[in-house]
Amino acid sequence: MKKVKYPNLLFKLSSYVLAAMLLIFTNNLNAQEETAQDTTEVVSEDTTETVADLGGDPVAGRQLFNSNCAACHQLDRKGVGPALRGVAEKYEKEWLYSWIRNSQALVKAGDPTAVALFEEWNQSVMQAFPQLSDEDLDNIIAYTSAPKAEPASATADTTGGGTTSQDSGISNSLILGVLAIVMLMLVIMLFLVNNVLKKIAVANKIEYERKEKSTPLWKAFVQNQFLVLVTAVFLLLAGGYYAYGFFMQVGIDQGYAPVQPIHFSHKIHAGDNQIDCNFCHSSARKSKHSGIPSLNVCMSCHENIYEYNGEEDIENGYTKEFYDAEIAKLYDAVGWDAEERTYSGEEQPVKWVRIHNLPDLAYFNHSQHVNVAGIDCQTCHGPVEEMEILYQYSPLTMGWCIDCHRTTNVDLEGNEYYEKIHAELSKKYGVEKLTAAQMGGLECGKCHY
Amino acid sequence: MASSKKYWKSVEELNENSSIVETLKQNEFVEEIPTDEFLGNKEALETSTTTRRDFLKYVGFTTAAASLAACEGPVVKSIPYVIHPDEIVPGLANFYATTIADGFDFASVLVKTREGRPIKIENNTLANTKGGANARVQASVLSLYDKNRLQGPLAEGEQVDWDYFNPLVASRLDNLAANGSEVVLLTQTFASPSTSKLIKEFTEKYSNIRHVVYDTVSSSEALDAFQMKYGVRGLADFDFSQAEVIVSVGADFLGDWQGGGYDAGYAKGRIPKNGKMSRHIQFESLMTLSGANADKRVPVTPAQQKEVLKALAGKNADLPQHIQDAVSNAKRQLQKAGSKAVVVCGLMDVEAQSMTLDLNESLGSTLFDTERPRLIRQGNNQEVLNVVQGVKSGAIKGLITMGVDPLYSLPKSEEFSEAYKNLDFTLAFAMREDATASEAQLVAAIPHYLESWGDIQIKKGHFALSQPTIKPLFNTQQFQETLLAILGKEQSYYDYIKESIEPILDGTNWNQALHDGVFESTASLMPETEVVSGTMEASESNGAFVNPMNAEGEFDLIFYTKTNMGDGQNANNPWLHEMPDPITRTSWDNYLTVSASDAEALGLVNKHVANGGLNGSYVNITTNGTTLERVPVLIQPGQAKGTVGLAFGFGKTHNIQNEMQVGVNAYTLYHNFKGVQRVSLEKATGEHEFASVQLHNTMMGRDIIRETTLEVFNTVDYKEWNPKPKVSLNHVNTPVDSPDVDLWESFDRSIGHHFNLSIDLNACTGCGACVIACHAENNVPVVGKTEIRRSRDMHWLRIDRYYSSEESILSDADKKNAISGLGESLSQFGELENPSENPQVAFQPVMCQHCNHAPCETVCPVAATSHGRQGQNQMAYNRCVGTRYCANNCPYKVRRFNWFLYSQNDEFDYHMNNDLGRMVINPDVTVRSRGVMEKCSFCIQKTQKTILDAKRDGRQITDGEFHTACSAACDKGAMVFGDINDENAEIVTKLKDKRKYHLIEYLGTKPNVMYQVKVRNTEEV
Repeated sequence: MKKVKYPNLLFKLSSYVLAAMLLIFTNNLNAQEETAQDTTEVVSEDTTETVADLGGDPVAGRQLFNSNCAACHQLDRKGVGPALRGVAEKYEKEWLYSWIRNSQALVKAGDPTAVALFEEWNQSVMQAFPQLSDEDLDNIIAYTSAPKAEPASATADTTGGGTTSQDSGISNSLILGVLAIVMLMLVIMLFLVNNVLKKIAVANKIEYERKEKSTPLWKAFVQNQFLVLVTAVFLLLAGGYYAYGFFMQVGIDQGYAPVQPIHFSHKIHAGDNQIDCNFCHSSARKSKHSGIPSLNVCMSCHENIYEYNGEEDIENGYTKEFYDAEIAKLYDAVGWDAEERTYSGEEQPVKWVRIHNLPDLAYFNHSQHVNVAGIDCQTCHGPVEEMEILYQYSPLTMGWCIDCHRTTNVDLEGNEYYEKIHAELSKKYGVEKLTAAQMGGLECGKCHY
Repeated sequence: MASSKKYWKSVEELNENSSIVETLKQNEFVEEIPTDEFLGNKEALETSTTTRRDFLKYVGFTTAAASLAACEGPVVKSIPYVIHPDEIVPGLANFYATTIADGFDFASVLVKTREGRPIKIENNTLANTKGGANARVQASVLSLYDKNRLQGPLAEGEQVDWDYFNPLVASRLDNLAANGSEVVLLTQTFASPSTSKLIKEFTEKYSNIRHVVYDTVSSSEALDAFQMKYGVRGLADFDFSQAEVIVSVGADFLGDWQGGGYDAGYAKGRIPKNGKMSRHIQFESLMTLSGANADKRVPVTPAQQKEVLKALAGKNADLPQHIQDAVSNAKRQLQKAGSKAVVVCGLMDVEAQSMTLDLNESLGSTLFDTERPRLIRQGNNQEVLNVVQGVKSGAIKGLITMGVDPLYSLPKSEEFSEAYKNLDFTLAFAMREDATASEAQLVAAIPHYLESWGDIQIKKGHFALSQPTIKPLFNTQQFQETLLAILGKEQSYYDYIKESIEPILDGTNWNQALHDGVFESTASLMPETEVVSGTMEASESNGAFVNPMNAEGEFDLIFYTKTNMGDGQNANNPWLHEMPDPITRTSWDNYLTVSASDAEALGLVNKHVANGGLNGSYVNITTNGTTLERVPVLIQPGQAKGTVGLAFGFGKTHNIQNEMQVGVNAYTLYHNFKGVQRVSLEKATGEHEFASVQLHNTMMGRDIIRETTLEVFNTVDYKEWNPKPKVSLNHVNTPVDSPDVDLWESFDRSIGHHFNLSIDLNACTGCGACVIACHAENNVPVVGKTEIRRSRDMHWLRIDRYYSSEESILSDADKKNAISGLGESLSQFGELENPSENPQVAFQPVMCQHCNHAPCETVCPVAATSHGRQGQNQMAYNRCVGTRYCANNCPYKVRRFNWFLYSQNDEFDYHMNNDLGRMVINPDVTVRSRGVMEKCSFCIQKTQKTILDAKRDGRQITDGEFHTACSAACDKGAMVFGDINDENAEIVTKLKDKRKYHLIEYLGTKPNVMYQVKVRNTEEV
């Protein structure tokens, strides 16, 4: 049976309008991006100017910092080690060189500053970086010495961007409004002109052709029994079609995108940062459940990532402040004090809203699809890496499962289990490669027990 | 024709001037109908702001709103861990080895947990000390989620904290010690070396406290006999797997005799190998599992049992001739088998037990282990009686109970109860607020064994460990932890066990031992038994043995324990109540078993009533001045004349759910803990409604269970005793498996897996562990007594029990085949319906046969049941519309219909109706809803899991990996499950076995379940 898409004319219309509006918007967005890039360039230029006297390149330093230091240090906040902004002011440059290259040697040598620092940080040993050249270190120091970027300018920029986009929105509706008024005026004018002409005709006693009163259209329609019959049949069929369409979409939650207690952006994690799905959803490889990662998995990264530094989507309110607040929610849930870097032990489990709700009567095993079949997560879950808010991509109906089982070949490469059964079955069916259906993937009992 | 007769409805009409008759003539209702009451006063109605129209509007609106709201899907929340435990992967099961030791059942098991919840008990295949998990142990996981459990310690009825409770107990004990008041610590048998050590430390600190072990169902006489002969308080261990001849005198060694667990070994010796199998002769009074499995069963009274033992020992015995013959025959067989022969005795009599030990010694039996005795029974009747006396007389001032419920289980407990209430100090360690705990001043809530640590020495040198498999559900504390706290030790009990176990680990380490759950050690950690002469039983103490002749109207009442209820600790476990007794096939009850001739003499009847149920008479049982009233009577074929039987463990009421307060408390009559009592019976009024699942007791010579004798099996071609059924094709007899007589084309099933299940009727003892395992694995609902009575039981797996009508089942068939003519058919078929006085018994587990040509599949109008390539007959619940055509068309009657919604329904208030009980539900199996058919699925969730695991690991599946819940639970090896397309599989040898046959094969259903013909060793010497 063919599934009828839930037909909704209004929805379609509005989607056209939306599409048209989007076309207009994207231009604005592009413009905004350009401006954003401009500003960063400006900022970096600024910093180079201010720290030029330290003799390092903060841009290169930033890269080095991110690859070597960021695991333990942050600029403005305590990490595993101390915050590093302005570190050059606290210590001698030469001392810093030797500390970074081998801190333990300094401690052992009995350098008082080094020993004090070592004791202050609970004798946690800092990794040695002998591979960093003086120039590298200078660059890093230059980066750490840059003054804290003023958020004010950024917000100013963003508000600017925001208003421009709002302007375009207003102008659109303005134009539409004006057009509507013009049309209205035209109609009124026509009516008035007609009236005036009639009056003139009466005044001039000109006989203008009066319309003969014919039977109204609806009466004619009612009198034509054939037409009534055809219409009735048509209406019935159409009604049936729409009713069927309505009933077939009951319980299908395609596109379901509930509001979650913490705004978790798959776009940032899987898209921008390219984190593998299995990194967090690790049980998808071995269990039937993909598993919602526990909060300690989040904290393995977010112990150090306490703020959002990526692109902002001001349009939808996804600003840095917004994301930072969401990270703070995570910290609240696990009881993490980001300043003190300690767990309070007061935990508050997060009650996520489940999006993919397979009914109890259907058995689905993630590991079989992810691990055995080697299917990409995106095949069923859609472009998760582009989803700011995760939604249900597939209908998750039985027909959808079966369609895929009918068309997908079983991945047999190097799987000893399949050797014998595949040789025999492919001979039986006379095919090179077997589909999941031919392997028995359509039997009721394989998924329903 | 006019009639002059006057018909009257009531005598009142005969009274001519009756006002009632007059009123009735005028009005249908004599009294005025109180319409005002529900319409209220008129004023209120008129002033109401809600008009009729408004009311209708509201109704319309709410209906519309409700139906609209129903269109929205529910919002489902998913709550992950905050800190994820490393060992848990959601969706994957973890297994932990642990050991149950509740004082009655001792077994090393494997616990399956899902997301931290224990959901199933499996056999621990590494443990070979005692058999696997029996039905009670299988069901024990549900007792963990019992909502009637104690949620925390109580002091004088108030909920308190342990921080308050422990010092309180300590201070009270100090006071008692200062006064020198005698206190008794009455406990179950722990068989735990560390607990013994701890109790010793405890009694050393408080010298006024005496430790007494109380086995609710006593084995004291056997222990005494063993102790006198070997110096150790234990029970001889037996290895029945090597036995050639087993003679049992009143011992139900396939049941709970001496701790049970002998059935696995026994079953091994019962499978004919190289033309040989063990021969089992049973002399007994009740029809027990052992008697039902015996090759020869002789019903004897308890007094005669002792004579039988004497005769076996070569002494003069006073026995009727037919028993005398049987005994001398048994004796010859014993002597012939020599060291491969064994005698077991269930008589609770020191002399009889001593005679048995001597007999085995003189036989030189190698199957009999006295070096390493079982230590799982330690109780001493005399000491317990002393305690009872002391409490009653006031000599004992305080009583601490642990794991026992004396107020329920002591005979004449009312007197004891009164005395108990007057004690200075009462402390009960209990899981449930049972009879004792509800009267105790202090109640310490103890955890279930699945939440506890422990070490158990099941038999000397064979150790087992318990470990928690879930965080304690309630605010409970182990008995041992409390003792440690009272002793003022900082140590946890875990450390205490580790400390006492580590020195004796013998080459293994703690973690390995914990992983395996069992280890063996040469170290001797024997409980210290202080043998005081005089506490031993004197053989004359039991009246039943002294006077073998019953006075008129007197009977020997023999107590026994049922497979499902045991000593009664699981009285709040609906799975066990619902499990039918393997012999009587009756659930939710205990009853007095009476022989047919005694029943006739007393006018006691069992009858089938119109709604399909079984009804029985009541009797009052009197002994020693105690009367147990209104005990239902069940007529038991095979019951020795002059004896009656009654099961322990029922009739509990304290904190037992109403539905499960069934049966009568047999302990009331357990005078002086004697297993046999002389009683008088008196018929009482009324009829008892039994919940029986099998009302037809014989096969009437039909070909359902096939059996033969060892002699025929060895000498005659199998086609004679296991013929393939033939059907007529064009008046020519054609084998039923010939393709010519088949309606359907056969599919090619040679590719992939094809599952078969083999059930060996020789190895099946009918124990019922598979029934509970199936229940637990497949979320089978409990329906309750009234529904069972309506034949609406939901068991996917049932064990049919058949009696013979003639002397043996084979002679039933002969009789049937000899019937000719209408007259004979009418009379003799009727006779065949009645089981004989001493019938042969056979058990047959029946589940969905997974027919390759399934009659159910062809009649389903919606294709809800269909066949898989792997041989499984699959049932798609959500496709089912409940026509029940399939159940009607199933020749095996294995399909079960959900007449009601059994989960989250107050009408069926069992474990599925509360959040706690639902924690036992297997998440891999759908909980069925009302109106759908269900049946055995061959545990497709388990076979699929095995296949999916192999696919994921990229490997072939080896034999033994595939299991169903029943085959995994069967420690006897009676059920073998496997893939017949794997030529190395054990199931293939079963398929080719000469004994293989299919149930009702002539229908041509081609089942995937096969049975192995039952062979009986009837060889006499």
